[in-house]
Amino acid sequence: MALFVPCFVDLIRPEVGVATVRVLRSLGVEVVYPEGQTCCGQPAFNSGFFDEARGVARRFLDVFEREDFDYVVCPSGSCSTMVSRYYPLLFEETPEERGRAEALGGRVREFSDFLANVIGMEDPGASYSGRAVFHAGCHQRRELGVLEEPRRILRGVSGLELLDWEDEELCCGFGGTFSVKMPEVSAAMADQKIRALEKSGADTLISCDPSCLLHLEGRLRRTGHDTRVLHLAQVLDPGRGEV
Amino acid sequence: MAAKAGRPGEGLESRVEGFNERARVAVKDERLRSAVAVHSKNTIRNRNAALSALPDAPELRERAYRIKQETMANLDRHLERMASAVEKRGGKVFFANDGEEAVRYIGELARRRGAKLITKSKSMATEEIELNRRLQEEYPELGLEIVETDLGEWIAQLAGEPPSHIVAPILHMSRHRAAEVLSEEAGHPLPPNVEDLVYFARERLRQKFLSADIGITGANFGVAETGTVVTATNEGNEGLVASVPSVHVAVMGIEKVVPRLEDLAVFLRLLARSATGQKMTVYTDFVSGPKGEDEPDGPEEFHLVLLDNGRSSLLGGEFEEALYCIRCGACLNVCPVYRQTGGHAYGSTYSGPIGAVITPLLKGDEEAKDLPHASSLCGACWEACPVGIPLHELLLRLRRRQAETGISGRAQRLAFDAFEFGMRRPGLYGIGAKAARGVQGPLLRDGVARSLPGPLKGWAESREIPHLAEKSFRELWREGRIWWRGGKNS
Ligand code: SF4
Repeated sequence: MALFVPCFVDLIRPEVGVATVRVLRSLGVEVVYPEGQTCCGQPAFNSGFFDEARGVARRFLDVFEREDFDYVVCPSGSCSTMVSRYYPLLFEETPEERGRAEALGGRVREFSDFLANVIGMEDPGASYSGRAVFHAGCHQRRELGVLEEPRRILRGVSGLELLDWEDEELCCGFGGTFSVKMPEVSAAMADQKIRALEKSGADTLISCDPSCLLHLEGRLRRTGHDTRVLHLAQVLDPGRGEV
Repeated sequence: MAAKAGRPGEGLESRVEGFNERARVAVKDERLRSAVAVHSKNTIRNRNAALSALPDAPELRERAYRIKQETMANLDRHLERMASAVEKRGGKVFFANDGEEAVRYIGELARRRGAKLITKSKSMATEEIELNRRLQEEYPELGLEIVETDLGEWIAQLAGEPPSHIVAPILHMSRHRAAEVLSEEAGHPLPPNVEDLVYFARERLRQKFLSADIGITGANFGVAETGTVVTATNEGNEGLVASVPSVHVAVMGIEKVVPRLEDLAVFLRLLARSATGQKMTVYTDFVSGPKGEDEPDGPEEFHLVLLDNGRSSLLGGEFEEALYCIRCGACLNVCPVYRQTGGHAYGSTYSGPIGAVITPLLKGDEEAKDLPHASSLCGACWEACPVGIPLHELLLRLRRRQAETGISGRAQRLAFDAFEFGMRRPGLYGIGAKAARGVQGPLLRDGVARSLPGPLKGWAESREIPHLAEKSFRELWREGRIWWRGGKNS
C-alpha cells in the first residue's frame, strides 16, 4: 500500500506518521511512501477556492494513481474524506477527472478503517496505561462512517480504559480555516469538549484526526491541562518512545 | 456596519453583515449559551427518541427528499393547481414576487376592510419580509395594531426583538426577562413562573382574538391537490386567528406546496418529530377557503398570498435543495456554531445552518458574506435534516461562489494561489518547510509560539500554537529512521 501523510502531519506531527508506519510494518504490511506527495488540497477547497484545490488535487491523483498501490492509507479521517468523498464534487464538471477521482477514492482508507476492515486486525497487541476518551473527527464519523472500528481497537489495548463522554458527537471546533476565521467561536466549541473531557475523568484524549488533536491540544495547554493527546497510531505504536 | 442583534423588526430585508462581531459577543454570554444548550439537549433527546420509535424513519426521509425533488421540478404546475383549488372554494390567491408586493396586497386589503386590529399566528415568511413593521410604516393612516398571538412571538414582539430560533422564538430569553416584558405590558409585576405568564397572556390575547378584523397565519404546507393550507402548532392560537376574524390571510412561501394529501402525511410525520420530538403537534389545522354557506364559522374572505421573494431563482440550480426545508429547526439544535452563538448572531430571520444557506441565496452574497463561513462543516446539520438537505455541501458551494465572484477578497485569493503553487511542487514544498522552520524561531518562547502575525492572530490568542517539528516525516523517512527495537528498519 501507499502511505499518504498529510502536510501538517509531515511538518508538525511527524511522529504520527512514524507511528503509522511502525504499526503497519509490525503487522507485515509493506509500506511505500511516494515522495512526490504534498497535500490533498482541503484548505483551499473548504474555503471555496475550488480552482486552487483542483490544482493540488490533480497532483495528488498523479502521485497516488499507480496501479501497484492497492490501497492508499492515511492517518487522518478528514484528509481521507477529502479524497474519497469530496474529490468527486471538486471535479464534478470534468467527468474524466471525476472518474479518476472516484477510482482512486475507492482505494483510500483511513488508518483505523484499514486496520479493522482491510487487514482484519484482531488483537492490537499493544498496551497503554490510562483512562481515555476517543474523539471521532466529524468527517470520519459522518462521511466515512468509521466510528466503531477505532473504538473496538482501543478496547483491545491492554491497560487502557475507554470512557464514555458527554456530547461526544459534537465537533471540536477546528474545521480548518473556520478556526482561523472565527477563532472565538472555535475556542468556545473546544472548551465545551474540554469540559466534557474533564467530567469524564479521562487523562488521555485519542483520535484518528491529527488536526482535531492539534486544535484541542492547543486549547488544553492554553487552559492549563496536562491531558495526554495521542493519535490512535501512537497508542498502538510498537516502538513508542523511540524515534 | 454590523447590524445589531435585537433591533426591532430586523429581518431578512435588513442588513445581516457582521456575524463575526456578534458571535464574538455571544460566545461570552454564558446565560444565552446555557439556555441554548439546555434547549438543544432536550430537543435532540426527544427527537432521537421519537425518530427511533419510527422504524421507517430513514425511508421516510428519503421519500421526503424525493417528493420535494419532484415538486420543485414542476413547481409552477403544482402552484397553479393549488391556486385553482383555492379559488374554486371562493378564496383569493395572490402571487407576490417579493415582500414589497405582499405588504402592498395586505395593506390594501386592510384599507378596504377598514381594519384596525390584525392578529397573527407564527409565520417565518412574514418575519422574512418584516410584514408587521412595514405595514405600520407604509400604511400609517390606517393606524393598524398588529398582534402576534403565539406566546413566544408575542413576547418577542413586545420586547422589540426578532425571534432567535425557527421553532422556539424566545430561546434567547430567560424566564425572568420574559416576566419583565409581560409585566410591563400588564402594568404590574408578574411572577416569573410559566403558569402565571401563560394565564396573563391568555387573558390579554383573548380580547385581541375576539376583536380582530383580519387574521394572518403562515403555512407549513400547502396541498396542491385539494388547495388546503396546513399549519402545525402547539398553542391553538392559530385556529382562533384563522377562524374568528372575518378575513383570513395565509402567507405561504411557494416552496411549501406538496402535490398530494398522501405526501403531506410523510412530512407531518417528520415535522413534529424533528422539531420538538413530539409525534404530532397538538394542533394541525386545515384551511381550504372562506366559510361555506352552510358552515357556522370561518372567515368571510380567505386570501392565500404565495410568496416568492427570490425562491424561484433557485429552481433547477445547484442550490435548489435549499428549498426543500420544512423549517423544523433540527439543524439549528445540532449545530455546534448555533449552540455557541444563538440565533441573533446570524442577523437574519433564519439562523443556524439553514439560515447560513438561504440568507445569502435570498439576500445576496455581499450582505450575508460571513454566514457561509459560520460552520465548521461538521455535517451534523445534514445528518439531522429530516429532508436530507446536504447543508454542508451547499455551504461549500456558497463559499465557492464567493471565491469566484471575488467576494472572498484579494488576500485570500493570493494566499490560496500561493498554496496551490507550493503544493503542486514537492521541491518547493520542501524548501518552504525548511524556510518556515527558520523563521518560526523568533516567534517561539520556551519552545511555544505565543503570537502569530496577520490572519492567524486570533487563533494564536486562544490556543497554544503547534510549531514545526525539527525534522519532517519526509526527512525521517529518507534518512531511514523509522525503526524500533526488534522491528524492521526501512
Ligand atoms: S434545513 Fe432541514 S433540519 Fe434545517 S430547518 Fe430545514 S428541514 Fe429542518
